[in-house]
Amino acid sequence: MMGAPIAMTNDNPSQEPTTHPPASRIGLALFGVYVLLYGGFITLVLVRPDLLAARPFGGVNLAIAYGLGLIAAAVLLAVISIFAGTRGPRS
Amino acid sequence: MLHSTSPLAVGIFAAVVAGVLWLSFRLGRKGQSAQGYFAAHGQVHWAVNGVAFAGDYLSAASFLGICGMIAFSGYDGFLYSIGFLAGWIVALFVIAEPIKALGKFTFADALDAKFNSRGIKLAVAISTLVVSIFYLIPQMVGAGALVTPLLGLPQWAGVILVGIAVTFIVVTAGMVSTTWVQFIKGSLLVFFCGILTVLILGRGLSVNAGHTGAIDMTPQVRTVRPDGTVLVDGQPQSSDHDLRPVGTIARLPERFGDARSTGPLGPLAYLAALEDSTVVTWSKKTHTDDQGTHETFTPTERPAAELLRPGGRFKGLADGTLAGRLDFASLMLALFCGTASLPHILIRYYTVKDAMAARKSTVVGIAMIGGFYVLTLYLGLGAMTSGALDPTDENMAAPLLARSFSETLFAIISAIAFTTVLGTVSGLIMAGSGAVAHDLVQGYWGVKLTDHEKVRIGKLAAVGLGIIAMALGILFKGFNVGFLVGWAFNIAASANLPALVMLLFWRRTTKQGIIAAVTVGMASSLGWILLSADTFEKVYGLSKSMAPMPFSQPGLVTIPLGFVVLVVVSLLTPATQLLPESKHAT
Repeated sequence: MMGAPIAMTNDNPSQEPTTHPPASRIGLALFGVYVLLYGGFITLVLVRPDLLAARPFGGVNLAIAYGLGLIAAAVLLAVISIFAGTRGPRS
Repeated sequence: MLHSTSPLAVGIFAAVVAGVLWLSFRLGRKGQSAQGYFAAHGQVHWAVNGVAFAGDYLSAASFLGICGMIAFSGYDGFLYSIGFLAGWIVALFVIAEPIKALGKFTFADALDAKFNSRGIKLAVAISTLVVSIFYLIPQMVGAGALVTPLLGLPQWAGVILVGIAVTFIVVTAGMVSTTWVQFIKGSLLVFFCGILTVLILGRGLSVNAGHTGAIDMTPQVRTVRPDGTVLVDGQPQSSDHDLRPVGTIARLPERFGDARSTGPLGPLAYLAALEDSTVVTWSKKTHTDDQGTHETFTPTERPAAELLRPGGRFKGLADGTLAGRLDFASLMLALFCGTASLPHILIRYYTVKDAMAARKSTVVGIAMIGGFYVLTLYLGLGAMTSGALDPTDENMAAPLLARSFSETLFAIISAIAFTTVLGTVSGLIMAGSGAVAHDLVQGYWGVKLTDHEKVRIGKLAAVGLGIIAMALGILFKGFNVGFLVGWAFNIAASANLPALVMLLFWRRTTKQGIIAAVTVGMASSLGWILLSADTFEKVYGLSKSMAPMPFSQPGLVTIPLGFVVLVVVSLLTPATQLLPESKHAT
């Protein structure tokens, strides 16, 4: 079944793969947030490119503002992941 | 264009390269065991590893390729910056810690940890080599492009110079020296690009930058005759008679009145002022007759706003064709999925001590890489309006932008760009070297190797890969390096990501499923690229219309194909029993 990452370790021979506790779900939730932001950007470029010419941010157009926003969001989510205590399998 | 060399530039360049090689030689003693050679003993501090991630990842494609693409095509180059960084989110939240927990030396270790299968080792080793070689091509092309204006050497000489230097770095100390070379290069690159951006903002925008009077709008013709000699507007090319540099502001926004320059601008004000300006770009037309190949560069005035939104390079976005839009979507998917599938990035997770250090180093890497990609926007736009561009060479936009400020800055930026190539190429050769020694010779063929023998085979493989890289770098001269890296991302994402993700998230994954996904993903993406319109036109010299593939970037088809193949084959084969101690069995 697809879901949270399977905890696989080869350091403990007796360990069967187990679904990981909620901590790793925070990481996947942050990942989901970014996928939505990134997917939204691609969709906008493909479907309504005319909207990207709008200039809502101090004379900077939406294409550039969204692009810079995606970069900032990646950095922000990465930092949040440290403070939120996310962990993946075997952390 | 011909570029003059200066003793200062050569001196700075030589000092930087000599420094890097000295460091590598000095660190050579620390990496003599297999664990030291391939994984730096797993003792690299997470902060150092994070900066080294940036050094590893910010390749010639990121620096030379993206800057050139923005300078020549506008916003579409920035799409690469966005996509390249987005891939790190996959690496951070999905891949980083499992890779660290499951592997030891190579990417194959992680995929094979559950199964101990020779088939997986073989498939992943081949995939690692294919991706590494495709990624090596643009790095070597970038190296050649740099050396020509800096040292006055032909392109092939630059490629060979890098090949020899990198092989030396890898052979002397493996991952230890590679890590420090990447750390130094990553730090220098971000720092000096930051300085260059401050200078761009300080200079602001100027009409006919670097020149006085009216802008020369006369078309220029460059002819390469059958005997190889070059003519410019019908006369032999020389330092006194050459193509004019291009790319400048034609008119500033009305709010600046009659001023020819805006003066210093803040980061947002710079973008806003450019958006309201008119720029002079150029169109290029090529035709061939019995006199040779003629390239005509025609200056063209256009609103800068047109260049600050998508469609400059991805023509399908501007004209709305389905194939063009699919090409764009496919590339953005490949960039998103590709980073976490690049072997030379994945092996860096083995150089830190534990999974937490792997995650922290990824966060440091994302912060540095993200900061750098913001700078690329200003570097590219600064180059576009600098009046210093060589219309025949996109890859030289960033160094020529630096030259428009000073010869010293040009030398420093060129030297850093060269170390950029050194850092990335050494990482790629390390990944390939590990695939040969650890996965193929020891893992697949089952040759019993002592620690010393394994390192020796790794070094021999590094020499072989260095030679292959040099040959391909010469063959692919003239390609935009960012574009070429897009291919490597497509192959990596198609071959490696489905197997890696499904291994982590789907219990029913079998070894046959992994082997099939890696093999089909790699073969289908590689085959698609070889049959694409871009390859037909730029590599085979054939008409685009003869290409059977509907668009050039395969990821949109071949990445899902990898997932489908893995699921179908896994369901058709018996569930695999876990092999908990497989890491130690290899």
